[in-house]
Amino acid sequence: MDTHDHAPTPATIKPAAPAPVPANGAHANGNGNGHSIVEVKLKALYYGSFKAVRDTDLAIKRNAITAFIGPSGCGKSTVLRSINRMNDLVRGFRFDGHIHFRGRDIYDTKIDPVAVRRHIGMVFQQPNPFAMSIYRNVTFGLRLNGYKGNIQDKVEQALRGSALWDEVKEKLHQSGLALSGGQQQRLCIARAIATEPEVLLMDEPCSALDPVATRKIEELMLELKKRFTIITVTHNLQQAKRVADMTGFLYVDTTQGARTGYLVEYGPTEGIFNDPKEKHTKDYIQGAFS
Amino acid sequence: MSVLPIRRQTMVEGDIDLSKLERRLREPRTLINAALNWLVAGLTVLAMVPLFSVIFMLLWRGGQRLGIALFTELPPGAGMVGGGIGNALLGTVIMVGIATLLSVPVGILGGIYLAEFGPNTKTASVVRFAAKVLTGLPSVIAGVFVYALVVTTMGTFSALAGGVALSILMLPTIILTAEDAIRMVPHRMREAAIGMGCTQTQAILKVILPTARPGILTGVMLAVARAAGETAPLLFTALFSDYWIRRLHEPSASLAVIIYDFSGQPYPNLIEIAWAASLVLVLIVLGLNIAAQFYLRKSFTK
Repeated sequence: MDTHDHAPTPATIKPAAPAPVPANGAHANGNGNGHSIVEVKLKALYYGSFKAVRDTDLAIKRNAITAFIGPSGCGKSTVLRSINRMNDLVRGFRFDGHIHFRGRDIYDTKIDPVAVRRHIGMVFQQPNPFAMSIYRNVTFGLRLNGYKGNIQDKVEQALRGSALWDEVKEKLHQSGLALSGGQQQRLCIARAIATEPEVLLMDEPCSALDPVATRKIEELMLELKKRFTIITVTHNLQQAKRVADMTGFLYVDTTQGARTGYLVEYGPTEGIFNDPKEKHTKDYIQGAFS
Repeated sequence: MSVLPIRRQTMVEGDIDLSKLERRLREPRTLINAALNWLVAGLTVLAMVPLFSVIFMLLWRGGQRLGIALFTELPPGAGMVGGGIGNALLGTVIMVGIATLLSVPVGILGGIYLAEFGPNTKTASVVRFAAKVLTGLPSVIAGVFVYALVVTTMGTFSALAGGVALSILMLPTIILTAEDAIRMVPHRMREAAIGMGCTQTQAILKVILPTARPGILTGVMLAVARAAGETAPLLFTALFSDYWIRRLHEPSASLAVIIYDFSGQPYPNLIEIAWAASLVLVLIVLGLNIAAQFYLRKSFTK
């Protein structure tokens, strides 16, 4: 089958480049294509008059883990949060471009961002379980969607899916806030997957966790990608190397006095780490590893 | 290798004089420190003297009438023996209840507006300023205002008017504490709720309000405690009654007013009743305050 031909050409560094639609980006047929479930075509993203990100085009492969890496302030979290329209909460946020989810542009004015978020779930940097019992945390999304089936089964399924079941099955009705940081994060994952979203966004999910808990989350991500498409942001290059199938490197352009991030290079993780095409990527990866 | 014998003379340059580490009692800063510590402790005890002497006094003077009759019987007439404060206690409970019903929904919704919808808008800063001014409003003003607004239009003093007057005094406290409690909900909870696909309304109802509940309840209880002890607004609105309250639009007795009224009477029995009513009122206020503390603490340890 066509192996990597859906990875778009890396965005060029020159700002003047017109950010071409990838020649093979056959997204417009309404169903998306076989491999990519999300296609980001970001021309520019503003917070007020501040241009935070520009020229970032990439196609996210279904049932794979895609990682965004790059220095602080390069906009990787911002891009991630645009994918389920979390940035809408930020005052002054403006998005110039398109993000297609299964062929539909989620920045179309007809789209309800609340409905988008029910299909594209999110796990945050800081574990943020609600101040309620473990059980109610997991069933939160189900109740929100008026789920009518067997809730008990769903809870067990979601907690098993996030590798937390054995640790909490005896205390489902205790507060989710009483768990350890790593357990809280897995509870948040269980809460996110209980409603079976198609895409799971994970914004530095391990940055507040110790190495053991980090390891568990990473193993979990590899397990979860069989059922979900995962897009993650990480500061930890080793982590990207360990878990990601595809990696996007973003860099922040400070030459013109502004701090605008953009996508430098995107492709299979091995290629990005072993044979980066762009100088910035090479410098960042070597600098970080030496 | 003891360090102490070599004191000052043989110190290596750059080394520290270890003898300085010893505690020296006559050093001025040690003395000043000790003196100030004692001063602070003494003044702290002094600050508690009024509260405890009031409670002691009330227990001593009011405690002797504490009993079933106090809570079930009507106030005695001049020169009579026995009697209780049953109708006053009931009146206070009913009027504070009316005030709570009026002020809690408005106050909490106002707090939600201030914290969630327009934290930085002009409307919000005006509302916040108004609430802060209203907190310091002399309660007698609330009484006169409700007298003009409710009593003159209804043509009678009433428990209803009393409740309205008390609700004006409760409202600002509830708005401001509700706003604070809602603001204290961590931003990441909000994000989690929105990320799960909540609309703003759902995020507020299902996540933010439940998380802020202990703080909001604390504010409500403090407001109730304040309202229960107010006298001036009730003198202008509910006035007083010697009988059990039957309808909301008739005058009603209250603990605060019975204390005010009976303590000035020349009859020992009535004065005893006033002491007992004071004790009951203080116990109610104290109980509400302690309950509020308890709830607030729970919100931090959970």
